[in-house]
Amino acid sequence: MNALSMATRPRVGAGFRLQWEPVQDCHVLLYPEGMVRLNGSAGEIMKRCDGRRSLAAIVEELERAFSAQGLAPDVRAFVELAAKQRWLAWDDER
Amino acid sequence: MSPTPGPPLWLLAELTYRCPLHCVFCYNPVDFAQQAGELGTEDWLRVLRQGRELGAVQCGLSGGEPLLRDDLELIVAEAHRLGYYTNLLTSGVGLTEERAAALKAAGLDHVQLSFQDSTREMNDFLSHTRTFGLKQRVAKILKANGWPMVMNVVIHRLNIDHVDRIIGMAAELGAEYLELANTQYYSWAFVNRDQLLPTHEQLRRAERVTDAWRIRLGDRMRLFFVAPDYHEGRAKRCVNGWGSMFLTVAPDGTALPCHTARMLPGPAFPNVREQALRDIWFDSEGFNRYRGTGWMKEPCASCEQREADLGGCRCQAYLLAGDAAAADPVCSKSPHHAGVQAAVEKAGGAVEHPLVFRDPANSRRLGAAGGGRVE
Repeated sequence: MNALSMATRPRVGAGFRLQWEPVQDCHVLLYPEGMVRLNGSAGEIMKRCDGRRSLAAIVEELERAFSAQGLAPDVRAFVELAAKQRWLAWDDER
Repeated sequence: MSPTPGPPLWLLAELTYRCPLHCVFCYNPVDFAQQAGELGTEDWLRVLRQGRELGAVQCGLSGGEPLLRDDLELIVAEAHRLGYYTNLLTSGVGLTEERAAALKAAGLDHVQLSFQDSTREMNDFLSHTRTFGLKQRVAKILKANGWPMVMNVVIHRLNIDHVDRIIGMAAELGAEYLELANTQYYSWAFVNRDQLLPTHEQLRRAERVTDAWRIRLGDRMRLFFVAPDYHEGRAKRCVNGWGSMFLTVAPDGTALPCHTARMLPGPAFPNVREQALRDIWFDSEGFNRYRGTGWMKEPCASCEQREADLGGCRCQAYLLAGDAAAADPVCSKSPHHAGVQAAVEKAGGAVEHPLVFRDPANSRRLGAAGGGRVE
């Protein structure tokens, strides 16, 4: 897995499952015999990591959805952190 | 009033008590052969739907050997469709390439391969014969389907000195996770406790060996060593608290707060044939019996650890102290702790009676004798 760039298209890592849980009122990430509860912003980022959207597109969408500017550093930091936990993965861009 | 409990995040569906193996440490009830018939497919699908509505997210499919149910694929498919993370707990016996492909197509997320063990099978494994061959085939099937290779080996006195080789074999099989779980002494393991309980020295040695492998393996394989509570003098929170997140449904539909709770005296636990899971989880006497801390006696009631360990295991209290509401006797504050210490001190000595293998004939005999509780 190459270093993260704005062209990277992250997706949920193998063996993980991301879904919205109404009973818990949050997004959760499920893995063998375990679960991580995601806070609001982590959920908003991760649900857009579908392997099709680039990081640039994800940032743009979030900025539009939340009428915010300059989210790139925070989103990028979260995606890098999530990749370390194997919650997110990506193919190398050619 | 205690606060409303959260959802049963973990639903364990024990699909059958039938099993091709005869493990001497099995946690299935010793009287399993006397229990009523298994739930049908429709019953299980209903239980899955009701569990999901309550907020369950993890679904464990176990047994006995769950592969003996020929509707396993249907059950997995419905669990997956409903949004569960699906975990199959199997010995791998009966997991053919065809079956694995069908389970994958049904949406099975994860397989935990348990290591069946009797002394003979352990020898087979350690000497690379039949059992090792089976595990090798299953390992290949798991990889081909993109499942991580997660192995679980139950540890006891008869195999604990082989931990080094067990870890080596798991590494050779390409396991990504290996859980070395010390036997918990309920059910069949309790009947066989004198043979299975390791000595302090054996345990320390196994821990040292495991630590050394951890360093050697690094990220290649993650090793979990689950210490036995008998040796520690401290009670563990059982299923993270009675009725707090864990719900087992036994093969006959009995709903239980933990998979061994049926042994406890008192009113029968509710059955999913007669009651909806929501009523069972929130309102049944069985699920409320040991919820929270209100039921506690001394020394638990005034103990500063009571919220941390919730008094430990109710089944162990019943088995060792004769009172399901007593402190778990593995705790050094329990008035019955001396009995646990004596059992550990005695470990390694000669045992007169033979090992009792988990099979229907022994189950009927033990069931008739009162379910295996030993004074």
